Amino acid sequence: MLVMRGIVKQFPGVRALDGVDLDVRAGEVHCLLGQNGAGKSTLIKVLAGVHRPDEGTIEFNGAPVSPGSPNDAIRLGFATIYQELDLVDGLSVAENIFLGHEHARLGFVRRAAGNRGAREVLARLGHPEIRPSAEVGRLSPAAKQVVSMARALSHDARLIIMDEPSAALAHDEVANLFRIIRELTAQGVAVVYISHRLEEIREIGDRVTVLKDGRTVAVGLPARDTPTSQIVSLMTGRNVEYVFPPRASRRPGDEVLRVEDLTSPGAFAGVTLSVRAGEIVGLAGLVGSGRSEILEAVYGARPATGQVVLAGERLRRGGVVRAVRRGMGLAPEERKAQALLLDQSVTANITLGSLPEFARFGWIDRARERAEATRLVEALDIRPPAPERPIKTLSGGNQQKAVLARWLLGGRKLLLLDEPTRGVDVGARADLYAVIRGLAEQGIGVLLVSSEVPEVLGLADRVLVLREGSVIHQGAAEDLDEHRVLDMIMEGRAA
Amino acid sequence: MSRLGQMRHLGLFVAIGLLVIVGLITKPDNFATTSNVVSMLSLAATIGVITVGATFVIIGGGIDLSVGAIMALASVWATTLATQEFGPFVMAVCAILVGTGAGLVNGLLVAYGRLVPFIATLAMLVAARGLAQRMSDRKTQLIQTGNSAIVELSTTRLLGIPLLVYVFALVVVLGWILLNRTTFGRRTYAVGGNPEAARLAGIDVRRHTMLLYALSGLCCGIAAILIMARTTTGSSTHGDLYELDAIAAVIIGGTLLTGGRGTIIGSILGLLIFTLITNLFILNGLNTSDQLIAKGLIIVVAVLLQRRNLKEIR
Repeated sequence: MLVMRGIVKQFPGVRALDGVDLDVRAGEVHCLLGQNGAGKSTLIKVLAGVHRPDEGTIEFNGAPVSPGSPNDAIRLGFATIYQELDLVDGLSVAENIFLGHEHARLGFVRRAAGNRGAREVLARLGHPEIRPSAEVGRLSPAAKQVVSMARALSHDARLIIMDEPSAALAHDEVANLFRIIRELTAQGVAVVYISHRLEEIREIGDRVTVLKDGRTVAVGLPARDTPTSQIVSLMTGRNVEYVFPPRASRRPGDEVLRVEDLTSPGAFAGVTLSVRAGEIVGLAGLVGSGRSEILEAVYGARPATGQVVLAGERLRRGGVVRAVRRGMGLAPEERKAQALLLDQSVTANITLGSLPEFARFGWIDRARERAEATRLVEALDIRPPAPERPIKTLSGGNQQKAVLARWLLGGRKLLLLDEPTRGVDVGARADLYAVIRGLAEQGIGVLLVSSEVPEVLGLADRVLVLREGSVIHQGAAEDLDEHRVLDMIMEGRAA
Repeated sequence: MSRLGQMRHLGLFVAIGLLVIVGLITKPDNFATTSNVVSMLSLAATIGVITVGATFVIIGGGIDLSVGAIMALASVWATTLATQEFGPFVMAVCAILVGTGAGLVNGLLVAYGRLVPFIATLAMLVAARGLAQRMSDRKTQLIQTGNSAIVELSTTRLLGIPLLVYVFALVVVLGWILLNRTTFGRRTYAVGGNPEAARLAGIDVRRHTMLLYALSGLCCGIAAILIMARTTTGSSTHGDLYELDAIAAVIIGGTLLTGGRGTIIGSILGLLIFTLITNLFILNGLNTSDQLIAKGLIIVVAVLLQRRNLKEIR
């Protein structure tokens, strides 16, 4: 039904897709597997008409097609259900389902007709209990997902692409999702299903296509019978060159962080870990495994029960301000949204976390501030070496260095790094790795989160593997390899 | 940053220059006189002090609609017979405390009560005006002869300029220093530019937000003293629509309503443009309605020009 051949998509600096093949048959659930950065989301966006491929052909029902815009894709019968559901919370169920193609006459919405249409589609999905007039914002995540699917059906979609649809769902809701998927496929609709959870793929999937580094490495494997080890092998061994600095020569010092039985309902439970001075501890796990949420809770930015002890001193609940004052620093996942003042200079961004150090009675000693910032710009080789430039003119890697530089000031004991190389090109990564290792060499404890398993293994001294909010393995990085970690993450089996 | 700032202010200086030329051409005898300039500055002083506070709030990502009402309340409170008994110094302190207190309430509502600034300060606008009416029984309260020290701020001149203009200048200078040379100012930009980044960098965003509104209230208190000096009264009708003038001046001065960017100098230049327009219309005996239309146009043109400027620099 859908055949993609040799799809190439080049972004500035990255070849996101480098010859992807995919063929999907009518009425099947076709699973797409691959690590972060393998090209899954780019591939989806090509089908959704968001990106135009640079090379390659797409055939649908035997005829060549090229969706050039989301509208084109919808007209072809492709519907995409993204991980973050794209619903308008303030509108009703029916209004959401028919958003953009309302039942209307002369610009006036025919509400009754819309509601009737919505009721039909929802009934077809086996959810007549969702009222078409209900406000979407008040629905449960599972019900929202049904609405998303109803929208796809309202377009008469022949091919539905689902990006990690189960990530936000509870167990019994997943069962219902699968029931709907089976009904759809029975009607001849094809589903492209993306998930990291192998047990789901085994349950719902018919065939599997595996992506690695923007290429298809296996097409149409039987979903139920292919051994896990074969799938994991196909996904691992990425070609990206990772250059890691050597591990610390000296032994780690005293414990700087001890976390006991930290629990945040819905995110993670019973997490216990420790970080020593000069040690890098890595957290490996999927999106939704609780890895970022643990960092937030340690930092005081997310409510949680349990104990956080920093350098022997128990942190009471008091939030980020206290954590920073006691010597913690966080380089958050979303650099631009959570860390940078884009309009401000590199200097102002570097000193933001330790302003009192440069001030007397609130008066900033600008000469000293500039001198310290200049020193760090040179030490971390931030380019261009111009501390007065607005930080938005720097590349992603250099911006990230500035964020790290922020926490080199003020005598930090513990740094929390969430995806420190996100959006950083390969060349600049090696630099960042060296900087992070350098931080540890200075005696700072580092707690690192990365979705890229090789990065965690290469950079950290010790690794904790997370799955669905629990630590399932803890041990020296040297004793692990990518294959085993992925196996644990996907199968939930402690090694 | 400094070059960007200068370029942005350049346009404002050009606008002021043009208005001055218009004044010199249309009313050569009246415009450039000492008395006209002094009266312009005296007029600008009251809103000017408020504008300094409003600049902080807006750079910090908020908005304060209650400034005129708070000023009126402070002027009424300071001129009640009970307060006047204690003399001019206590009256001034009273105005400042009332202003700061009302600003603090705004700040608490916004920062800790999680009310949208627009709504919290709108409520304060209505309530403060009402309280002022109640306290004064809707009557204009004269400053008694024993307390004329307050009025002297407007009648006493130093180098030919009334003292209240010096007060205005002092507030501007202190505001500039606070914004550009202290941790408080740096944090104001951070909180307005990216509150999440500020929070994760260890800044107490809520406390800072509260302080910003208190600062705005403090400026309203000072403005209340100046308007008492100029009008020799306290009244619940003082400062009507000052909030719009102050916000307009801040916007014309290049401060983004979304926060994180702006300057005190720009706001003051924006205010001077407004003052000049008012003055030119009055001198030329033109309709005040046309004056409002002109001001509306200037706001739109100023913002459009700045947006183009920003794009070029980016």
